[in-house]
Amino acid sequence: MELSKKQEKQWLNPKILFPALKESFYKLDPRIQAKNPVMFVTEIGALLTLLIVLFGKSSSQSFEIQITVWLWFTVLFANFAEAIAEGRGKAQAEELKKTRTTTKARLLKDGIETTVSASDLRKHDVVICEAGDLIPGDGEVIDGIASVDESAITGESAPVIRESGGDRSAVTGGTKVLSDRIEIVITAEAGNSFLDRMISLVEGAQRQKTPNEIALSIILSGLTIVFVLGVMTLKPFADYASQVTGQNLDEIMTVPVLVALLVCLIPTTIGGLLSAIGISGMDRLIRRNVIATSGRAVEAAGDIDVLLLDKTGTITLGNRMASSFLAVSGVRVERLAESAQLSSMADSTAEGRSIVVLAKEKFELRAETLTPQNAEFIPFAAQTRMSGVNFKDQNGKDRQIRKGASDSIKDFAKESGFKIPPDLDGLVEQVAKAGGTPLVVIDNGDILGVIQLKDVVKGGIKDRFAELRKMGIRTVMITGDNPLTAAAIAAEAGVDDFMSQATPEAKLKRIREEQSRGHLVAMTGDGTNDAPALAQADVGVAMNTGTQAAREAGNMVDLDSNPTKLIEIVEIGKQLLMTRGSLTTFSIANDIAKYFAILPALFGTLYIIQGQSQGPLGELNIMGLESPQSAILSAVIFNALVIVALIPLALKGVQYQALEASKILQRNLFIYGFGGLIIPFVGIKIIDLIINRIGLI
Amino acid sequence: MEANDVIQLIVYIAVFLLLTPILGAFIASVLMGKKTFLTPILGWLEKAIYKFSGVNPSDEMNWKSYAKSLLVFNFLGFLFVFLLQLTQKYLPLNPQSLSNISWDQSFNTAVSFMTNTNWQSYGGEGALSYLTQMLGLTVQNFVSAATGIAVFAALVRGIKVKQTSKIGNFWVDLTRSTVYILLPLSLVFSVVLVGQGVIQNFSSYQVVTTLEGATQSIPGGLAASQVAIKQLGTNGGGFFNTNSAHPFENPTPFSNFLQMLAILLIPGALVFAYGKMVGSFRQGITIFLVMFSVWIAGLGVSIVSEYSHNSVLGYSGIMEGKETRLGVINSLIWSTATTVASNGSVNSMHSSLSPLSGGVALFNMLMGEVIFGGVGAGMYGMLLFVLLTVFLSGLMVGRSPEYLGKKIEFYEMKWTLFGILAPCAIILLGTAVSSVLPMALSSLTNKGPHGFTEILYAFTSAAANNGSAFAGLNANTPYFNILLGLSMLIGRFVVILPVLAIAGNLATKKITPTSSGTFATDTFTFGVLLVGVILIVGALTFLPALFLGPIVEHFLILNGQTF
Repeated sequence: MELSKKQEKQWLNPKILFPALKESFYKLDPRIQAKNPVMFVTEIGALLTLLIVLFGKSSSQSFEIQITVWLWFTVLFANFAEAIAEGRGKAQAEELKKTRTTTKARLLKDGIETTVSASDLRKHDVVICEAGDLIPGDGEVIDGIASVDESAITGESAPVIRESGGDRSAVTGGTKVLSDRIEIVITAEAGNSFLDRMISLVEGAQRQKTPNEIALSIILSGLTIVFVLGVMTLKPFADYASQVTGQNLDEIMTVPVLVALLVCLIPTTIGGLLSAIGISGMDRLIRRNVIATSGRAVEAAGDIDVLLLDKTGTITLGNRMASSFLAVSGVRVERLAESAQLSSMADSTAEGRSIVVLAKEKFELRAETLTPQNAEFIPFAAQTRMSGVNFKDQNGKDRQIRKGASDSIKDFAKESGFKIPPDLDGLVEQVAKAGGTPLVVIDNGDILGVIQLKDVVKGGIKDRFAELRKMGIRTVMITGDNPLTAAAIAAEAGVDDFMSQATPEAKLKRIREEQSRGHLVAMTGDGTNDAPALAQADVGVAMNTGTQAAREAGNMVDLDSNPTKLIEIVEIGKQLLMTRGSLTTFSIANDIAKYFAILPALFGTLYIIQGQSQGPLGELNIMGLESPQSAILSAVIFNALVIVALIPLALKGVQYQALEASKILQRNLFIYGFGGLIIPFVGIKIIDLIINRIGLI
Repeated sequence: MEANDVIQLIVYIAVFLLLTPILGAFIASVLMGKKTFLTPILGWLEKAIYKFSGVNPSDEMNWKSYAKSLLVFNFLGFLFVFLLQLTQKYLPLNPQSLSNISWDQSFNTAVSFMTNTNWQSYGGEGALSYLTQMLGLTVQNFVSAATGIAVFAALVRGIKVKQTSKIGNFWVDLTRSTVYILLPLSLVFSVVLVGQGVIQNFSSYQVVTTLEGATQSIPGGLAASQVAIKQLGTNGGGFFNTNSAHPFENPTPFSNFLQMLAILLIPGALVFAYGKMVGSFRQGITIFLVMFSVWIAGLGVSIVSEYSHNSVLGYSGIMEGKETRLGVINSLIWSTATTVASNGSVNSMHSSLSPLSGGVALFNMLMGEVIFGGVGAGMYGMLLFVLLTVFLSGLMVGRSPEYLGKKIEFYEMKWTLFGILAPCAIILLGTAVSSVLPMALSSLTNKGPHGFTEILYAFTSAAANNGSAFAGLNANTPYFNILLGLSMLIGRFVVILPVLAIAGNLATKKITPTSSGTFATDTFTFGVLLVGVILIVGALTFLPALFLGPIVEHFLILNGQTF
């Protein structure tokens, strides 16, 4: 998070600012501008006025020069917004590139080791990495085990274990082996590795327009065409009026003024910021350490209405914890607790430790006397499904304590001829029903009772799900637990639905069912057996700790391997669309004020009645702008400056709150629609006051 | 404004609000192919038409064949009316021996009636034979309205069905709309009109001597049957030149009341029919309230402007251009109803309305005839605006836009924009060219901003398929006949084709179930946004033109200057 805060202000960083300024001029190339119809029209208009200023004869040249300058600024500001967004990505990419260029690879071919450049590696090549080596490319470990520092891509400094076979075999180019030796088979061609794709995505080079962006561009282009027509036809309309009144409007109805009107009316605000919004959406994901394979995936994330979440690690903490001791009748709870604690003293699992801690907290028990010298610890074994301890107590008496699954302990007791308390089954069932796992404790043949092990639901997760529900997103918990346990945890966590005893096939089937009902599904996964489901889901987030197959199948990779991230991804997707929609509304709403600035300026003297100071349409100069020329110039300046003013918003995205759709609409409509109507009236008036005060007109 | 005016206004609105939901439910049943109380009475006619024309009513069409059938049918209709006018001198039922119509005017009139516009550059009693009016114009009044309803029905199917390419059968929609909706209503309505004194005869014109001793020719004709469908089908083409200001076409205050009601009846009912067809009354009522409030707001401006003190004449409630039989309030209700509903019939001269009332009439049309609008056309035009609004609001709530579970994507937006903006472009271009061409300017009778408004009004009326005239513009010149004819064609078919394309594409999509993250389109907020989008698209495109027309004239009149 600290990282992201630093980068939040990064656009003020000179390393990004100055290249972006330079880039703004390079982007004036019409071939680049042509991709954005709104700004292309603006540039043509700016070029036209420039030619007229250079070669035309005009009585108000200073005015026309200023118009021209501001029209060029409009284009430059839009370019600057895009360049800044790209620059932030590039800065991130530079760091990554450094690791790539210097890497050497130890290629293993027919048992002979040669050193080659990492960029020469081909798919299926086998390389060796030892402690201190940089891994030269994406691949799978085929032999050995090593600890790897992946901080270059994850920012996480704790090393991770990579080993052959299983779900931890994938390694990423650019990461560093810290210990041991592994053999890796390369799975990605040079230039197409995970790192390469990440760099090109971050740089914005591979950016393709998303479906919604294309549809929005169509609207903006349509509006632009209509405004071009509107401004072109304004000339004959005015000619008609000047002919019938005998008034000459040529003084004010010049080409630069008409171009100025056009540029003010076409949606330059959203047109200029559109690509910056898209790039920074991707950037926001990356800052949360999530890499999307396409902008389309980010956008789809905003539409997700079903989330499949793995129970362990996402909804609950990874380990179960002892939560209470339930003694059978006739046994004191303290006795049960003491036996349970003794049996767990040497148990280094999280569950075992939690039993010791619980007993200590509840009954202040400390079994410090127990040492390996006088005790024999029985570790958990798959055959017996029990663990425990044998020792001699203070009185020199042998004690044999076991804890384990209810069936195992009961079998153990029956075999030894001990009796089973009649209320044991009731307790066991009670624990299972509440979503816990029962462990039965037997001490020298006496079944004392049950330790309740419970999944611990993560703090705040219930509120999170409630927020999601408000947003219209249904959460489904996936777990391998039995239905009884699953239902209890589902209720506690507040998910909408759960899948118990889920297999990868069942997950895939569930996704298909949801999709056929029209839902968009997101899920997280890490194992190779998750790959089909990850590929099927509309948004599949693979954990970086997962296998190469899983990472290839999903359309996003979470470098932190934090399944809860899915919720943030959804929010970023929504925020991306909201920013576009809000700025579009703002941009269009601005036009009303611009009309009220420019039309009275153009037609203020028309049909003037003798003896009056202004014509009837002059009364519509409701902002009281000083002169026609200052009114037009103020509108153009406002139009250009508003792009710069909104760059931070475009980069950051509009504020997102988990609310119902109708509330969000009301809010954004008020801020950007109503605000968009009012702000330009104020802004243009202020600019008018300033330029008249400093005497620009 | 007197109590009498207020009562008339309230009664009119009350009856309108009462009848539209009832008729809407009936229309929905007809369009969904259900049996109604009319099936036993008229079912034979429907079957006979299918049999006669060789249509298999269970054959469903994809959007392309639907559009093809529609275009062929309309083209044949155009050709028939065109030829009828060119040859009417040689044909029967022409007691006044009226001569053949020039080719350019025939083109204009044939296009006008085929496109449900009913722009008239001719004067009915002075130019067209009874046969031309009856067989040509009245028939087109029926089928052009039915065509509009058919396109509407196809669009609704596109929204409702899932994952198919079929959007219904054009011939079935056309036949059922005509047989079960338009014919029975017109029949009843024309009989009532005859009872009020609207004429219905084949007699030749009577020459009489007036009290002043002058001679006058009094026309006859099949007025009642044409007037009924002209109002019900939002056609608006009068049998006589002065339209419903003519005493034979609109003799009594009661006939006037009924005709005003008929103007908005089916367009209003179709909104409720829409709600019923998509299975949500709230969807229908939301759109209805949007239309209703925009109409009432315009009517309010009209009333205030017309009844306020006129600084040139020194009194209020000016009767110039209005019928003394009907009065100011009925002229204003009519002028707003006929312009929101793409009807175009008049009972007063819109040119004589105050600048702002005239401006309201103009702006009603400039919004693209989606406030009730033409029969069928108003609803499908409105749905284009709904799609645009859905797209914007979808983005604003952070979710890919969807309408009634259908995703609204690039394809829909492309054609929505095309359908909304093409008529706007035609209006701007036509007005621009005409306001500087001497050939066009010679048709003006008024100077100054009023003359400009005449031109703007003409192109707006044509492109919006309204057909009302501002009067004052001599439109019967080859220039205007052809240019306005083309405007009407574009205004009609460059909207219909995108609508059908959208219907076809929506039909193939899945329906996403709703959740609280889905943006609801049946709420107050959505209604407000929809009104905003409609007004802003209209205002942004036409504000400069409105500045130079009605708005500047309004300010000039405040300063005591008229044109």
